[in-house]
Amino acid sequence: MPSWILLILIVAVALWVVAAYNGLVSLKNQTANAFKQIDVQLKRRHDLVPNLVNAVRGAMEFEKGTLEAVIQARNQAVKVNTGGPDAVKQISQAENALSAALSRLMVVVEQYPQLKATGNIGQLQEELTSTENKVAFARQLYNDTATLYNTKQQQFPTSLVAGLAHAEPATLWEIVDSAERAVPQVDLSMKPKS
Amino acid sequence: MTDESSLNLFQQQDLNRRRTFGLLCGFVLFLGWLGFGGDYIYALSTAHAPPAEQHHVWWFGMVMLAVGVVLAGYAYRTGPDKVLWATGAVEVLDPVDEQQKQLVNVVEEMAIAAGVPRPRIWIVPDSDPNAFATGTDPTRAHVAVTQGLLDMCNRDELQAVIGHELGHVKNLDVRLMTTLAALVGAVVLMRDGTSRLFLSGGSGSSGSGGGSRKKGDLGPLVVVLLVLWMLSWILAPIITQVLALAVSRKREYLADAMSAQFTRNPLALASALQKIEAAGMPTSRIKGGTAHMCIADPLGRRLTTHEGFVADILATHPPMAKRVAILRGMGYAQLKKAGGAAS
Repeated sequence: MPSWILLILIVAVALWVVAAYNGLVSLKNQTANAFKQIDVQLKRRHDLVPNLVNAVRGAMEFEKGTLEAVIQARNQAVKVNTGGPDAVKQISQAENALSAALSRLMVVVEQYPQLKATGNIGQLQEELTSTENKVAFARQLYNDTATLYNTKQQQFPTSLVAGLAHAEPATLWEIVDSAERAVPQVDLSMKPKS
Repeated sequence: MTDESSLNLFQQQDLNRRRTFGLLCGFVLFLGWLGFGGDYIYALSTAHAPPAEQHHVWWFGMVMLAVGVVLAGYAYRTGPDKVLWATGAVEVLDPVDEQQKQLVNVVEEMAIAAGVPRPRIWIVPDSDPNAFATGTDPTRAHVAVTQGLLDMCNRDELQAVIGHELGHVKNLDVRLMTTLAALVGAVVLMRDGTSRLFLSGGSGSSGSGGGSRKKGDLGPLVVVLLVLWMLSWILAPIITQVLALAVSRKREYLADAMSAQFTRNPLALASALQKIEAAGMPTSRIKGGTAHMCIADPLGRRLTTHEGFVADILATHPPMAKRVAILRGMGYAQLKKAGGAAS
């Protein structure tokens, strides 16, 4: 009789290990996929910025500094190497700087009603709002998924299987408040890069 | 049942899968009862007749069972198309103006936040603000909003409403709701068809039955069964309606919460709901069969203004004031937290 009970116990534990392992692998892939989604949205944003800058450049001779800051932040963000151990940290820093520069530009555009009156800007503004939202929401999904993954692999019984599933804590996409508040550096000597 | 909203996403999806399956099975079994019940009553009532006139082959039940299976499959497959067709929605393939462009953008944003593929987008040409989602799974989902909603809501509010609908899509509420809507439609159609059949067939059988046997031959069992059987024909549409309501009310709170999770802006949904409530006119394009799928009761019934027994039984949606209050609570908790973090 005891051998029967032992067998049932072993089977139960084995089933649990399989379920926990599969759960972790599934979360790991979801986290990776969510990160890819941020990438897709960032590409979109990088493509949109030159269009936006060209559209307002003529009307905004007087706000050159703001525009240059946007271009610079964009080029910085494009250049960031997406490989390496702390890729998430580097990308997020560069992208946060771009977000800050863009939001400053939008504030400036708001201040010039005659600029908004030209139909093109209204459309671009909607496009930019949407792009910024998409980046933000992709980031939010990544952070939510990564948090779920991190919690799962650290919590007790599942943590026993974490090593087996090669689960490692995913880096969250930091939103640094100080970066958004900081005044973007204006470098007028920078060569325009198209 | 009360802790339904505390389940995680996968459990919610499982629940909806099981409920949809149960609903389809229930529908087929119900039709089987209608069919075989009729056969049984007929067989009992002809038990004393000569063998040639006895009801041996229960063909009516078999036909009904087959009809049930076909109808259930058909309802499940074509439900989304039928729902969209019934409301006269027009698909937004190529946004023609800035309003539509914004709608497409907002839906894309919310799809990213919810982590589902972008659903197809439809506009219902109706001036009352309302919205619904349909589809059998997130990869084949549809989101529809009325023109009135587009006109009335600002960007944040529109986003919150779309977030609510994508909440329904993500936890597979849409599968259950759409199947239910299609089955309600099928049952109503069947009742309309069979009531005509009964009226013409009833007079014929009473004429022939009177000649061959006396009324006294029918035992009390047969009479009870006959009454029950007739009742289920009459009550079927009402039962499916009540089922639709009971299922949908609980899901609204959950979808509200999911919208808040996607947008991180529960106050926007609260203000959108208030605008929708204040508009208060019935959404004329959306009929009873699809009422339970909308973000707010499209029939303009005042049942959603208060709680109580009648509202609990008949309303498709929870009281608006309660939904707004819950969202407000979330919003203030969020503000408090943000204030605490900043200081």
